[in-house]
Amino acid sequence: MYVAAIFLPLLGAVLVGLFGRRFGDTLSQFVTCLLMGLSAVLSVPIFMEVALAGNAQTVPLLAFINSGDLVVDWALKFDTLSAVMVLTVSWVSFLVHVYSIGYMHHDPGIPRFMAYLSLFTFFMFMLVTADNLVQMFFGWEGVGLASYLLIGFWYDRQSANAAAIKAFVVNRVGDFGFALGIFGCFMLFGTINLDQMFSAAPQMADASVTLFGVEWHALTIICVLLFIGAMGKSAQLGLHTWLPDAMEGPTPVSALIHAATMVTAGVFMVARMSPLFEYAPAALAVVVVVGAATAFFAATVGCTQTDIKRVIAYSTCSQLGYMFFALGVGAYQAAIFHLMTHAFFKALLFLSAGSVIHAMSDEQDMRNMGGLWKHIPVTYVMMWIGSLALAGVPVFAGYYSKDMILESAFAAGTGLGTLAFVLGILAAAMTAFYSWRLLFMTFHGKPRANETVMAHVHESPVVMTAPLAALAVGAVFSGMVAYDHFVGDKHPTFWGDSIAYNVAGSAIAGEAHGEDAAQATHEAAMGDADAEADTHAAESAAADDAHGGGHGDVAGQGVLERAHHVPLIIKLLPLIVTAAGIALAWVFYIRTPAYPAALAARFPAVYRFVLNKWYFDELYDAVFVRPAFRLGRVLWKGGDGALIDGLGPDGMAAVSRAVAARLKQFQSGYVYHYAFLMIIGVVVFVSWRLVQA
Amino acid sequence: MIEDISLLSIITFLPLFGAACILLLVRGTEPEVAANSRWVALWTSAVTFLLSLGVWIGFDPARADFQFVEKVEWLPGHGIGYHMGVDGISLFFVLLSTFLTPICILASWEAIKTRVREYMVAFLVLETMMVGMFCALDYVLFYVFFEGVLIPMFLIIGIWGGPRRIYAAFKFFLYTLLGSVLMLVALLAMYLHAGTTDIPTLMTTGFPAAMQTWLFLALLASFAVKVPMWPVHTWLPDAHVEAPTAGSVILAGVLLKMGAYGFLRFSVPMLPEATAEFAGLIFVLSIVAVIYTSLVALAQEDMKKLIAYSSVAHMGFVTAGIFAMTQQAVEGAIYQMLSHGIVSGALFLCVGVIYDRLHTREIARYGGLAHNMPKYALVFMLFMMASVGLPGTSGFVGEFMVMLGVFQVSSWVALFIATGVILGAVYMLFLYRRVVFGKLEKADVKAMMDLSPREIAIFAPLVVLVLWMGIYPSTFLGPMHASVDNLITTYDAALQAADGVSVATR
Repeated sequence: MYVAAIFLPLLGAVLVGLFGRRFGDTLSQFVTCLLMGLSAVLSVPIFMEVALAGNAQTVPLLAFINSGDLVVDWALKFDTLSAVMVLTVSWVSFLVHVYSIGYMHHDPGIPRFMAYLSLFTFFMFMLVTADNLVQMFFGWEGVGLASYLLIGFWYDRQSANAAAIKAFVVNRVGDFGFALGIFGCFMLFGTINLDQMFSAAPQMADASVTLFGVEWHALTIICVLLFIGAMGKSAQLGLHTWLPDAMEGPTPVSALIHAATMVTAGVFMVARMSPLFEYAPAALAVVVVVGAATAFFAATVGCTQTDIKRVIAYSTCSQLGYMFFALGVGAYQAAIFHLMTHAFFKALLFLSAGSVIHAMSDEQDMRNMGGLWKHIPVTYVMMWIGSLALAGVPVFAGYYSKDMILESAFAAGTGLGTLAFVLGILAAAMTAFYSWRLLFMTFHGKPRANETVMAHVHESPVVMTAPLAALAVGAVFSGMVAYDHFVGDKHPTFWGDSIAYNVAGSAIAGEAHGEDAAQATHEAAMGDADAEADTHAAESAAADDAHGGGHGDVAGQGVLERAHHVPLIIKLLPLIVTAAGIALAWVFYIRTPAYPAALAARFPAVYRFVLNKWYFDELYDAVFVRPAFRLGRVLWKGGDGALIDGLGPDGMAAVSRAVAARLKQFQSGYVYHYAFLMIIGVVVFVSWRLVQA
Repeated sequence: MIEDISLLSIITFLPLFGAACILLLVRGTEPEVAANSRWVALWTSAVTFLLSLGVWIGFDPARADFQFVEKVEWLPGHGIGYHMGVDGISLFFVLLSTFLTPICILASWEAIKTRVREYMVAFLVLETMMVGMFCALDYVLFYVFFEGVLIPMFLIIGIWGGPRRIYAAFKFFLYTLLGSVLMLVALLAMYLHAGTTDIPTLMTTGFPAAMQTWLFLALLASFAVKVPMWPVHTWLPDAHVEAPTAGSVILAGVLLKMGAYGFLRFSVPMLPEATAEFAGLIFVLSIVAVIYTSLVALAQEDMKKLIAYSSVAHMGFVTAGIFAMTQQAVEGAIYQMLSHGIVSGALFLCVGVIYDRLHTREIARYGGLAHNMPKYALVFMLFMMASVGLPGTSGFVGEFMVMLGVFQVSSWVALFIATGVILGAVYMLFLYRRVVFGKLEKADVKAMMDLSPREIAIFAPLVVLVLWMGIYPSTFLGPMHASVDNLITTYDAALQAADGVSVATR
């Protein structure tokens, strides 16, 4: 069952990939959907057995790399964390498979598309069930490959090819860090097997290593290197530039890979490695800062984009930022919780956007939409559900997970935690704003498309709307249902030891992140005091808090427990700013549509800065891309051509020829004669030295 | 038993026998001669390959010493003999040579139309030289094979090559000859010191430290050209560009491994102190090779040149791995060589496929091949990804092990060569995009046909091998362990025995 669930999608990918043309479109779709569906069905008993019944297990498959101390096997590790991931990935993937039947029905490359989707799912499974870092790296690069293939699916388009290469290369930059992190792990632990590393981690808490000429706290540098990998895959600030461009791929791809699953791999990885991160507070501080900055940055950009898919892409980037700062404050469980709910509502939003694009004959610019709600009511409703969930309106999934993250950040009680909280709140306001901006611009107001397009507008077929409905169920209920297990009362038993349990505002997390280690002891005490103060405040403020039960004695408890006891105002703040954001969007795009333009005209510099995505692409292009190509040319023509060949063979030949021209009376004039003479000279010299020695 | 029947000698000289048959027995009109020569060459090389599998089967992976040993006095009383044998380091190079040769002959089936008989003879002689070189356990014997390889290769480039073939052939010859002469000097010096040219004996001789330095430099000059290491690499792009497809395959697949094999067979075990002394230099040259040639590859407009430069970068990993002298790094380096032998060979075959159809290597002339050549696109994609080092393909395992091993010795070196992984992705994806993706607009490109059954037969074993080596590398790593472990243990012991200074510099 375990093996089948993982390998069925691979089987589908290989069958359809190799014989797709012979199968034809319908059979290809049927085979991949069937196998993916089977895998999704199997993931349910796996989840029940592993996560709910608590029977974690590892299924060994095959030896992999074996050299000296380095022993790596292929194995499938099933614990609560991987079971949650497998469950989420398989179901979203299955729904996207089905949706693609409708969305891609005009496309000539259907078998290839279905094969890529299944291949991607297989690699994602390998990533999340890895029991060692090399296998994780296999899945990691494998999903990168699938992403590359799918972004560049329409390979006629220059822009799609460019985006595909960009995605692969930027991810490679992250993988470079990931790989170095793996080497560091091997250096420190002598193994890269996850379980062995985790059990050895406490002894290594104070170890130091010298890398790159600097002596580091070992786990800190390792975790930072690993996190660079996570930044690449999860499009965090600095390595995020590929994600918006990745929207060149077909929309089902954006939904599956660039929203619901692959981009969350970085979050998964940090959670998976949490037993190491727990001992690397400085690395966690880096995670907080990067996550919070990304959440804020991406939200600002999301407010100005006009391509419907790019808005959602930046929204994804921003939500990933939330997950990362949750990880950074030690609320790993909350991050995975948000990962799971986000998978549903973001896939829903993307597929709904796909439905809009489908209806609008491939139009993606929201400035050319408007007034669509009467024509495509089902899609309209779905988009509303997705937006409500994304904005974190109560009852919907995002409300539970996003608020949990914000509360955790506040409850961390550290300076950086508070910073993350503030940026998170600001981003939440912007999230609501751009979500309703999208809704209003797309569905309300007067139609701005031309008449031929409007005449064609039609609701999508059932094969597309049914997956939407299924995802909508997830977007509504997944938060409510999973709350207790993921972050509520039952979370310690649910997660078991699959994720490090942040024991403390106390031992580690309480010490101010990133501060000088020499002060650690002193500050740990201070941290505890702070935590206690917070607790008392929380208890009085939230006396009748619904989540409060059973956590009376919170001092020295994890950040999750303390998060349940933050003051009421902290719990309400996200709702307030969300409401404000929605209201603002209403004012801007329904009541007085002249405001946005006026505002942009008022602050042109700010507007252009944000519209151009903070100029990251231009910066990288100028600093890395163009110089690399230019340098390559210079080294080729100058280095190889002029210098090495000029002084070497060509030069020798030229010199010989010149000499020969003068002495041609008694010289034969053949180049190799002279070369031979020169060689004789060298030989004589070396022989002489050797005889001397 | 198997050892009694001189299997290594049979494998080594069977191709030569085949060549003699072609020369002496094939008669008739020109088309008949061509056809018969092809078939004889194919059968000879195929049988050679099958026989070489016997070496693998009979090989005992638990032993570190040489196996299938044959020893005959050659110049009695002078310590020079006919001595053959394989260990875990050379075993797979023998197999790589015998595996690639029939593939090359198949690849030349239609591409070579003139002087077919001579071409096939040259290839079979080349095979004898390659296999003999990897089996030789006597320095003189090794030297004969090592230099002998040059001659058929020189002819293959010079006769069946492209328009600038004469320039390329001479550049190739001059470069490699320069190194070879120094190697001959080193051979004489070693012989004078040790009184024998028997390689296993030389390994235990223990040369004086000062002599080691000079010997090392002399050998370095020879091996560095073959690898090729920066800055003596410029012969390679020219040679590749002008060589016929099969010539490029052998050049990249086997000939480039001779230098690195030389390091493992001579420099490291015989000159441990000098190895430790010069490891830093090699690291620097490897780093430069990786980054410099990757950048140069970015700027290329000729497909073969691009892959040639990528070969130099990949061999930079190999040299760094060998001189890191940890188990993972050395095994990784050997693995990387095997993988590179398959993958770069396959990439040159991929170029050959479209060169045969359009007769140009200029990247800009192509575009949109995914439309009319989907099978080709798939195969090319696989080998490109293997070249980029995607996990699950053979390219990953070697690269990863080298970097992991090097990291334990010097994190800086690992950091720099790891940038090659990023740059490698850039130039390969960029190449693929320009050739395979994009719109199919040019009329002559539109007319190109997808892979023929013969071409599929050529690629199929390579595809299988690339995936096999990527997913279950234990098959190939297993036989290496004992020999590599022995190499490192002996090396460490030699350094221990030497004075503390050289230990400290390590």
